[in-house]
Amino acid sequence: MPQSSFIDIKNLSVGYTSRNGKIIPVLRDVNLSITRGDSIGLVGESGSGKSTLALAAMGYFKRGLHVISGQVQFDGIDMLNIERNALQRLRGGRLALIPQNSGQSLTPNLRIGQQISEALRLHGDLPATSFDVGVIDLLSQVRLPDPVGLTDRYPHELSGGQQQRVAIAMALASNPEALLLDEPTTGLDVTTQAHIMELLRDLAKDRNLAMLYVSHDLGAIARVCNKVMVMYAGETVLTGSAKQVLLSPRHPYAHGLLVSIPRLNEASLPQALDGRPPMPSETITGCAFADRCKLADQTCHKSPPPLNHLETGEAVRCFHHDQIGQLNQKTEKSARSNPTAADKGTALSLANLAVSYSQPGLLSKLFAPQDTPPSTVDRITIDIKKGETLGLVGESGSGKSTILKTIAGMVPAQSGNIILNQAERLDMMVEKRPAAHLRQVQIIFQNPDDSLNPRHTVAQVLAQPLRLYYGLSGTPLRDRSIDILEQVRLGEHYLERLPSQLSGGEKQRVAIARAFAADPEIILCDEVTSALDVSVQAAVLDLLDVLKRQDGTTYIFVSHDLAVVKAISDRVAVLYQGRICEIGPVAAVYSAPFHPYTDALLGAVLEPDPDVAPRLTADDVVELSPPKTGCPFQRRCPRKLGSICETDIPTAQEIAPGHVIHCHIPQLDL
Amino acid sequence: MLIRRVLLGGVTVCIVSLIIFAGVEMLPGDACTQFLGEYQADEELLAQCRKDLDLNRPPIDRFAEWTQGAITGDLGLAADGTTKISTIVGDRLKNSLLLAFLAMAVGIPLALFLGVVSGLWRDRLPDIIASTLAIFAMTIPEFVSATLLILVLSVWLGWLPGIVLTSAAAPASEFFPEILLPMIVLSFVMCAHIMRMVRSSVIDVMASDYVQMATLKGVPYWQMVFRHALPNALLPAINVVALTIAWLLGGVVVIEVVFNYPGLGRLMIDSISDRNLPVVQSIALIVASVYVCVNLAADLLTMIANPKLRTMYMRK
Ligand SMILES: Nc1ncnc2c1ncn2[C@@H]1O[C@H](COP(=O)(O)OP(=O)(O)O)[C@@H](O)[C@H]1O
Ligand code: SF4
Ligand code: SF4
Ligand SMILES: [Mg+2]
Repeated sequence: MPQSSFIDIKNLSVGYTSRNGKIIPVLRDVNLSITRGDSIGLVGESGSGKSTLALAAMGYFKRGLHVISGQVQFDGIDMLNIERNALQRLRGGRLALIPQNSGQSLTPNLRIGQQISEALRLHGDLPATSFDVGVIDLLSQVRLPDPVGLTDRYPHELSGGQQQRVAIAMALASNPEALLLDEPTTGLDVTTQAHIMELLRDLAKDRNLAMLYVSHDLGAIARVCNKVMVMYAGETVLTGSAKQVLLSPRHPYAHGLLVSIPRLNEASLPQALDGRPPMPSETITGCAFADRCKLADQTCHKSPPPLNHLETGEAVRCFHHDQIGQLNQKTEKSARSNPTAADKGTALSLANLAVSYSQPGLLSKLFAPQDTPPSTVDRITIDIKKGETLGLVGESGSGKSTILKTIAGMVPAQSGNIILNQAERLDMMVEKRPAAHLRQVQIIFQNPDDSLNPRHTVAQVLAQPLRLYYGLSGTPLRDRSIDILEQVRLGEHYLERLPSQLSGGEKQRVAIARAFAADPEIILCDEVTSALDVSVQAAVLDLLDVLKRQDGTTYIFVSHDLAVVKAISDRVAVLYQGRICEIGPVAAVYSAPFHPYTDALLGAVLEPDPDVAPRLTADDVVELSPPKTGCPFQRRCPRKLGSICETDIPTAQEIAPGHVIHCHIPQLDL
Repeated sequence: MLIRRVLLGGVTVCIVSLIIFAGVEMLPGDACTQFLGEYQADEELLAQCRKDLDLNRPPIDRFAEWTQGAITGDLGLAADGTTKISTIVGDRLKNSLLLAFLAMAVGIPLALFLGVVSGLWRDRLPDIIASTLAIFAMTIPEFVSATLLILVLSVWLGWLPGIVLTSAAAPASEFFPEILLPMIVLSFVMCAHIMRMVRSSVIDVMASDYVQMATLKGVPYWQMVFRHALPNALLPAINVVALTIAWLLGGVVVIEVVFNYPGLGRLMIDSISDRNLPVVQSIALIVASVYVCVNLAADLLTMIANPKLRTMYMRK
C-alpha cells in the first residue's frame, strides 16, 4: 500500500457556461493524487487544462469556471467546501503556488520586501519585528545577489530570472508542505532556467515537498519530476513514471509531443505533430485525439477509449497502446534541406556593425567622451550566403534582436555597413528605404499578436505587400493570396478570418505568409517559435524549411533555444553582450572545441530525458551593459585567464575553415 | 525631466497666446470700429480712438506689452476703453472656480466610489444600476438633463431655485442655494465619465495575474483589494480626472447659459457676440493656462504614484 495521498483530486470535472446556456467542460473526470515527496509533472499543449487542474488543487477557479462534479482534497480537507478563512490560511500557507510569468504576478506598486513580508505576516509564525530578517533570509535561500538591496526594489526593476526567484522565495515564506508550479521557467534563458530547476530540485528533496509541476517543457519536467501525467483536451491520456512517459511513451499523443521536440544530439528537424486539439465546445464522439493520430481506426472514432491501467504502472487512454511501436517505424525523420552546396554569392554582409541605444548629449560628448557606455552591439562582421540559414543564439539581452532591427532599418547603426547582394548599402532607416530594399528584407516577430493588426482579415494582411510591391488588385490579388496561403498550409477559407479567430500557430503562419508574399531575398526571424507549443513549433520550423527549399530564401534565425537553432541553421553565431563569441557551421559550433560561453549555454540545456543532467558552468548573472574593454564574457567566464581577458579584445582563432572562436585560451586548450 | 515638462507647458501657453493674438488681429475691424459702431465712417474719430487705444503701434509691440501685462495679472482694458479686464474676468473666474470645486468635491469621490463598486461587483445589481445611469448621463445632452432637473427639482418640487440671479461680483456665499442645481448637473456628467473609466480599470486589474496571485497567497479579500488592486487600478484615473477638471475650469458654456450662471463660459459667449475682443483674448489665455497647469499636475501625480516612472527618474 503506497503512502496516503496528500493532494487528492477525484473525478474532477470543471466547466463554464456558454452563451447559449450549455455547460462546456474544460476538465473531464480527472484524477490526480500526490503524496509527500512526490513530484508530478503535468504536460500537454496550451489549452489542455493544465493550469485549471493545478489551481483546482488550491480550490481556486478562474472567473467563469465552476466545478461540475468531483472532489478536491488537501491532506483530508475538502477544498471545495471549506470555510473562507480556513481556505485563506491554507493558500500560500501549507499549499503554495509559484505562478507562470512572475513578472506579472508580482504586484507592481509594492516593493519586493513588502510582498514577501506580507506572506510572512499572513502565514509565518515569526514576530513582526523579525520580518525584515526573514525576508532577507528567504531571498538568500533562493540565491539572489544583494538581498538587502533587493527588498527596496519594485518588481519591474528585476530581471525575469530574479522575479522568478522572488516568487519562489514568497512561496517558501510559509514553509509550505506542497508546491504548485505553473510553468515557472517558461520564457527564461536556458542558463537561468537550469539554475532555477536545480534550486527547485534541492528544495523538494530537503523539505520532502509534494510538488505539482505544470509545463509544456518536457526538458524541465524530466529534471524535477518522478512521475508525469499527460493531458489532452481536458482529459488524462497517460500517466506513469518520468522514465516511462519520457523515454517510452505508451500513448500516441505523448509520443507525438516527444518527437516534436528538437534535440541537441540530432541534426534533423523534429517531427511535426499536425493539427490542433479540439476546442472545449466541440462535441467529440470517439477519441479526442483521433483526428491527429496516426494509429486511429474505425474504433477510435466510434467511442471514447477508457483509461487502461497497465501492469507496468502506467495508465493509458488509448485502444491501441500496444501498437505504439509502429509509430517509431512510421517516423523516419525528415532530413533537413542540404546546406546549399553551390555558392550563389553573398546575400547580406554585415561589416563591422555597431549599434548603440544611448544617445549622449552634446555636453557629455564634449566633456566626458570616455563616459559613454560601450555600444550595445559591436564588431559584428558576417557574410551570409544566398540560401543559407544563419542562426543567432545567446541569452536575452545579447543583442540578437538589435542586430535584426538594425538590418531591417528600425534601429540606426552607429557605424559599419550592411550590404545587400554585394552591391546595395542598407544604411537608411526603414521610412527612407526604397521599396525595392523594403521588399527584399522581411522580418517576422516572436509574437504574431503584436505584429498582426487585430482588425485586419488575413486577406487584408496579405494584400498589403502584394499591392505595394507588385501592384496586384482584384482577381489576381485574390489568386495570389490563396496561392500563398496554401504554401503555408492554410486554405482559402482562412482569407476572411481575423487574427482572433486563429490559433497561435495559425497566426504565425499568416505572419510567415505575409513575409513570403513580398518574395524577399532575406527573412529575419526573431524568436518566431518561442511563443508556440512544441508541437506547433515543429510544424512552423518544417514550414520555414520547405519554403526555403522552394524559393532559395536566406534566413537569419534568432532564438534563445539552442536545439531549435541547431535544427534549422546551416551556420550559427553565438553572441554575448552584442559581440560574437563563436561562429561556424552548426556541426562545428555544437561540438568541441567550444568557446567557454557556448559551453555554458549547451551545458545548461535541459533534455527531455530524466537520465541526463545539465552541467552548470557559469552563473546566471544579469549584466546590463558590456564591459568597456577586453572579452565580453569576462565577468562570468569560468575559465577566465586573468587580466588579459579584461584588457584585450580576444583574438579570432580559426579552428577550422569557417569556424572562428574569439577567446584568449589557446586553440589546443579550448 | 520635470523642468522639461514645465518649460514645455510654458511654451504651449506662449504659442497659444500668440495664436489668439494673431487670430484677433486678423479679424476684420478692430476694437475701435466696434466701439464706434455706426460712427466708424468718421475717419477723424476713428483715428483719434486708435490713438487713444494705442492701436497704431506695430502688432509685435502690442503683443509684447499684452503678454507682459498678463504675466503681472494686468490684462489691459476692455473694448469700451474704461473697464479693467482683470476685474470683469476676475469675478467670473472666481465664480467658475466655485462651481468647479463644488462639482469636483461631490463628483470625484462619488465617481471613484461608484467605479470601484461597480468594478468589484461587475455585472451584479450595483454595477448594472450605476452603469446604466452613467450611460444616460453621457448620452443625454447636458441642456436636456439640466432642463429636466429644473423641471423636477425646482418647478415641480420647488426644492431648489432653478436659475441664478445673483450678480457676478457677489461674494461666494450669496450663490447658495442657487448654485446647487448647476453643480448637481455638472457632477453628474463628470461622475459618469470618470466612473466608467475607473470601472474598466478595476475590472482589468482584478483579472490580473498579480491579483490572482495575492488571492492564492492567502491575502484576505478586502486587504487584497486595497493593497494590491486599487492602487494600480486608480493610476490611470488620474489623467481622466485631470481632463475633467480642465473641462470644468475652462467654463462650461451650456450649463452656465441654461442656469444663467455668471461664469467664464458665459462671459466668453457674451464677449464674442459683443466683439469685445480683448476680453475674449484674455479668457482664451486663462483657459489655456489652466489646461496646461492641470495636465502638468496630473503628470506629476502619475509620476509620483507610479513606481515604474518614479524609479525611472529617481534611481538614475
Ligand atoms: N529600445 C531600447 N532602448 C534601450 N535599450 C534597449 C532597447 N532595446 C533593447 N535594449 C537593450 O539592448 C540589449 C540587447 O537587447 P536585445 O537586442 O533585445 O537582445 P535579445 O534579442 O538577445 O534578447 C539589452 O541590454 C537591452 O536592454
Ligand atoms: S484511441 Fe485511437 S485515436 Fe485515440 S490515441 Fe489511441 S489510437 Fe489514437
Ligand atoms: S577571452 Fe578570457 S574571459 Fe573571454 S571567454 Fe576566453 S577565457 Fe573567458
Ligand atoms: Mg529578443
